[in-house]
Amino acid sequence: MSETATQTRSHNNYTEPAAANDIQQLSMQQALNRALDEVLAQNPKTVIFGEDCGRLGGVFRITDGLQAKHGEDRVFDTPLAESGILGMSVGLAMAGFHPIPEVQFDGFAYPAINQIVCQIARMNYRSRGTLPMPITLRVPSFGGIRAPEHHGESLEALFAHVPGLKVVSPSTPHDAYHLLKYAATRQDPVIFMEPKSRYWQKGPVDFTAAAPGAAAHDDEPTNHGSLTGARVAREGRHLTMVAWGAMVARCLQVAELAAEDGIDVEVLDLRWLKPIDAEALARSVGKTRRAVVVHEAPLTSGLGAEVAQLITQSCFATLKAPVERVTGFDVPYPSGDLEDEYIPNIDRILFGIQRVLEYRRG
Amino acid sequence: MTTEPVLAAVDDDTAPLTHHQLRELYTLMAAVRHLDTAAVAWQRQGIIPGYAPELGQEAAQVGSGYAVDRAKDFVFPTYREMGVARAMGLDMVGYMSTHKATWHGGMYNPLESRFAPIQAVVAGSVLHAVGWAHGQSLSSRSTDERGVAITYFGDGASSQGDVHEAMNFAAVMKAPVVFFIQNNGWAISVPTERQVAGGSVAARASGYGIPSLQVDGNDVVAVYEATRSALAHCRAGHGPVVIEAMTYRRGPHSTADDPGRYRTLEEERLDAGEDPLERFKQRLLADGVADEAFFAEARRMAEEEEETVRAGIADLGPRPGAEMFSMVFQEPTPALQSQATAWREESEHV
Repeated sequence: MSETATQTRSHNNYTEPAAANDIQQLSMQQALNRALDEVLAQNPKTVIFGEDCGRLGGVFRITDGLQAKHGEDRVFDTPLAESGILGMSVGLAMAGFHPIPEVQFDGFAYPAINQIVCQIARMNYRSRGTLPMPITLRVPSFGGIRAPEHHGESLEALFAHVPGLKVVSPSTPHDAYHLLKYAATRQDPVIFMEPKSRYWQKGPVDFTAAAPGAAAHDDEPTNHGSLTGARVAREGRHLTMVAWGAMVARCLQVAELAAEDGIDVEVLDLRWLKPIDAEALARSVGKTRRAVVVHEAPLTSGLGAEVAQLITQSCFATLKAPVERVTGFDVPYPSGDLEDEYIPNIDRILFGIQRVLEYRRG
Repeated sequence: MTTEPVLAAVDDDTAPLTHHQLRELYTLMAAVRHLDTAAVAWQRQGIIPGYAPELGQEAAQVGSGYAVDRAKDFVFPTYREMGVARAMGLDMVGYMSTHKATWHGGMYNPLESRFAPIQAVVAGSVLHAVGWAHGQSLSSRSTDERGVAITYFGDGASSQGDVHEAMNFAAVMKAPVVFFIQNNGWAISVPTERQVAGGSVAARASGYGIPSLQVDGNDVVAVYEATRSALAHCRAGHGPVVIEAMTYRRGPHSTADDPGRYRTLEEERLDAGEDPLERFKQRLLADGVADEAFFAEARRMAEEEEETVRAGIADLGPRPGAEMFSMVFQEPTPALQSQATAWREESEHV
């Protein structure tokens, strides 16, 4: 672990020095900040930029203190233009840099979609592998914070559909720290979707774990618990709930409630939305024989459909019921007052579980 | 095939071109004219499926490409920069392979040739140039070693929002980038007056505080000198420059286009002005820089090169289908690998 991460930073980002067997209680915001701090220290070619990323430290303070510590060449503000930020990332990557741009809110990825889809995702291909795009695009994502319009989108299906992109979303501070460090050291572009409603909840971050399996199994996506695969967030026998981002915590909550009725739910945190860890899905649902996918994004052509197909492919013979989807609706993301009606809530997820458990063939 | 690299930009910013350099510029323009005309014929003969001619833009392309320092600078082209590529000494079979539909970005190595992959999104790479240029600011220890990005686009592309973002970013960051606009009068069927407000693209630069100049894009020496001085300005750390080279697209937008639907032959004749190649020839003759024997030799070399490139293009077979999969990522995903396996089994029966 880097020495530099032990230094004191501004206000809310002070972290205790890391020692051997070091586990600290950090918020996801702190964990992400620490990961970026270490990546900056370890790779002089890493540059962080976006709207308000520099002096302010980002509207969510994820880059807080990093400009003061690493300098204005490494962490800088750009003019307010997302296509510019992402297009600039392409050129920096071509010049040998490892850009970590930030799009301030998910909905503002849309103005940059040409640069993301036609340029970042394709440059490695277009250049026959001579111009890799080691870009980690951080996108504060999903809903749940009563934000204005365009500040609560779930773009994972859109990004996952684009050849050349990889997509990941952490659900805990521990994963946020390790996955961001992992993504930022890869040679391919990664869309890093941060569940903004989970920025401030604390959780244990095990620094010494050095991300179980990561070093030895970088390219082994099915390695249980490795950085490149899914994670069993809760073991269970009766059915598998598949989720990512902020929905993992909600599913764990539902699982506890279901346990009171004697239903033993397994929660699989997918983490990677591209590539999806198909073997982890097969392993979990092969055991439980029932599955409910939960996501915030609209239902139609959402990633739940992809997950359901992967499960059907591997578990068709033993499935007890069709895979259920509990998702947002095919409506624009609503205003804050209706947010709780839109995002899968505990009741809707419990109904989903009930439908799967009560399903009878014929 | 490979072509001999041409001389890099001279060190002395104000030195006049030598007679040798002037002749070299003509040789390049002749080669480009010949290759361009030939490529249209290849399309008609079925050797290549399509081509975007640069006929009439030889001076703008060769003059600017000749000024590039291939040890430091980096060029961001569109799909109509064959003359720049040739002036920079690219492998022309590798370049033309994009028009053979061998590989979208071309088969040349962009890093070694300092020439980014061919870009089919209009204005798509203008921002890349700004990012690359800012990277030079971040990593250059001295002005001498600072590379400059030069991004090519046209009057049509100047309407794109990315061009505004790029110019604003570059000006705010003082990025060493030359915005090289070839205003060739037409964006497929739409003339400049229905495309560009404010009089010219160069006129917009003042809104960003970027120095700009309009240059006679059919005068190869004027283009070279403008580009050389813009590169020097950027290299010295003074920020970006806009050059608008006024020229004329003498041919169709592409081999699929029919200009007869939007302009008459009479309009073409009146608007095109003097042929830049013939104009340069007359100048060299008048100045005693070259004689008829030189022009005959330039033509002979151009014909020889055309034949070599044609043979190279004709010999290009399709790339192995496995490259569809292997070029997507540096670290391929398991899902993509299994698609590649399934494709191989079902298409090659292995």
